[in-house]
Amino acid sequence: MVLVKNGSVAQDNWVSVTDDEMLPPGKPAIISKARWLRERCSLRRRSEALGLHLTSDDTLDDLVNALDGIALIVLEFPAFTDGRSYSTARLLRERYHFSGELRAVGQILRDQAHFMLRCGFDAFELVPNADIASWVEGLFEIAVHYQPAADARSPASDLRHR
Amino acid sequence: MYRYDAYDTQLVGERVTQFRDQVRRRLDGSLSEDEFRPLRLLNGLYLQLHAYMLRVAIPYGTLSSEQMRMLAHIARRYDKGYGHFTTRQNIQFNWTRLEDAPDILADLAKVEMHAIQTSGNTIRNTTADPFAGVAAEEIEDPRIYCEIIRQWSTLHPEFSFLPRKFKIAVTGAREDRAAVRVHDIGLAIRRDNSGEVGFEVMVGGGQGRTPMIAKTIREFLPKDQLLSYLEAILRVYNLAGRRDNKYKARIKILVHELGAETFHEQVEAEWAQLRDAGPNLQAVEIARIAAFFDPPRYEEVDSASYQAKLFQDRTFADWVRTNVAPHKQDGYAIVSISLKPEGEAPGDATAAQMEAVADFAERYSLQEIRVTHEQNLVLPHVRQPDLYALWQGLRDQELATANIGLISDIIACPGLDYCGLATTRSIPVAQRISRLFANLDRQHDIGELRLKISGCINACGHHHVGHIGILGVDRKGEEYYQITLGGRADENAAIGKIIGPAFSSANIVDAVETLVTVYLERRRDHERFVDTYERVGQTPFKEALYGSR
Repeated sequence: MVLVKNGSVAQDNWVSVTDDEMLPPGKPAIISKARWLRERCSLRRRSEALGLHLTSDDTLDDLVNALDGIALIVLEFPAFTDGRSYSTARLLRERYHFSGELRAVGQILRDQAHFMLRCGFDAFELVPNADIASWVEGLFEIAVHYQPAADARSPASDLRHR
Repeated sequence: MYRYDAYDTQLVGERVTQFRDQVRRRLDGSLSEDEFRPLRLLNGLYLQLHAYMLRVAIPYGTLSSEQMRMLAHIARRYDKGYGHFTTRQNIQFNWTRLEDAPDILADLAKVEMHAIQTSGNTIRNTTADPFAGVAAEEIEDPRIYCEIIRQWSTLHPEFSFLPRKFKIAVTGAREDRAAVRVHDIGLAIRRDNSGEVGFEVMVGGGQGRTPMIAKTIREFLPKDQLLSYLEAILRVYNLAGRRDNKYKARIKILVHELGAETFHEQVEAEWAQLRDAGPNLQAVEIARIAAFFDPPRYEEVDSASYQAKLFQDRTFADWVRTNVAPHKQDGYAIVSISLKPEGEAPGDATAAQMEAVADFAERYSLQEIRVTHEQNLVLPHVRQPDLYALWQGLRDQELATANIGLISDIIACPGLDYCGLATTRSIPVAQRISRLFANLDRQHDIGELRLKISGCINACGHHHVGHIGILGVDRKGEEYYQITLGGRADENAAIGKIIGPAFSSANIVDAVETLVTVYLERRRDHERFVDTYERVGQTPFKEALYGSR
């Protein structure tokens, strides 16, 4: 897989860990929401960074005030038609004020990238043979926005009255 | 009418460029059909039985004469010389080529039009009362809010991959000509006790396999809060709507499964969190958009010549009776142009007819045209003394059929003649019914009767809300047609009830005639078909159709 972050290819040091695996010493690890909620007290003492992997079935209700110490959240797109993670991303940014990395994984299409960017994603996990240049281009094909979202861009309705 | 500013123009232009590149990638093979499909669907391009079909958005059914001319140009240059006006107040071109699609979109952009979100699981074109701005009893012009919704929903980053498509309709009048109760969200402009203007918010209506009437989840929403409330509804739906079964994915199923009360609570809870930070517009932006819909400057009109013509020419008077509605301004009229001439496909118009309508709009209707969800056109600002000349002109174009609201003013989906989903044909049934009732005197005697035909269970022909609804069903390769009675799409919206076993294609038209005969025998005073049906119930109709066993 190739990681594209903030518009260019980035090194991915994170290790995904299943619920019954030990966390790798000395490496940043990505764990499930269930494990985080279960082992929060002990995991907090870990010195390496922690990330959460949320499936599109995972809700955020039980993560209120439980994101301290989380540096990365991975949101899954099991199919490009499953749009739940767009809402989850916005909630994380706008309501939970999550400022770490928000990474889109799964079936994500080049032509959906600008939507994801606007919803607060800043990292995208692409298939190894992805056309990165074309992908990054896709992020900025539409420069006018009609609605406020999780990015800082002003909607046309505000720009009109500046 | 709303006019684009630099931002609107830029967005639509960027979208055309983006789509041109997507089509190029498809044609050179770097995108497979599977990968291309979601992209073309976001631009209204369907692959149908015989060709690509392009659905062009006509926001809230309002067109300028210049835009209508462009639609005629597209019909002639890229299609077979005609277009099909749809039940969502849009237009479809049924015979386009993929390689032409970017050029068509570029042509549309020249007249401030596009095909964004006319398909896909997105917020679709918002529809409105076709008499918006000219209806006598209107509180406010619903198109102001439709345009606000159009902009908010266009390329909405969060709501472009919903569980299923999403349709919003807005009316500003007491009489509902926009069928708001059979939409995912219906908005009716209301005035509260203090005189403030806002919306009654209805959610979870729809047709399709599981027809439902929308429930009111908020009696009164202040109008400046509209977008944050819509965003709350859409967010609840996007997160909780079912994605496991396409046929259970519409918001109506979520509202039904949760119960309207619980759904309301979830929306209100979400709204409480986002209403201050949400997408509500500043007053200055609402005012900017509203100004585009200010009433035109009407003239003082002397209607004496019109009154005289009504007495002199009975055919003209018959047309006026069905096709001309009262205008809020004295001396003016709202003219409906029927796209249902005897024996033709409902909603079709040739390029020449579109150009003629554009001419008439320029000469007689302040350049403005509307498309109705009943698949007809409207000239909203006609001076009464111009009606006679307009009618004569329409007659020359075969556009003066005096059947608005009558039995031959049929809504029908494209059916198996065009559509990849249909299981039966619907246009030929509509054509046979309209031929059977070709005698206009007879139609006028029968009076208002809304007949609607769908070629399959997806109900695009709105049969659930027809006074008489006809649903085509495939039985081992043979076309059968099931009849429902008592549906209505107005302010007393109701879903029609199945009357009994389906009829063969050979017998369906006779069955319709039987129903009409029962009505004529039973009706009292000025009762319409649906009134008589509601009074006498199913039994007399059932007995006449199936015998009294």
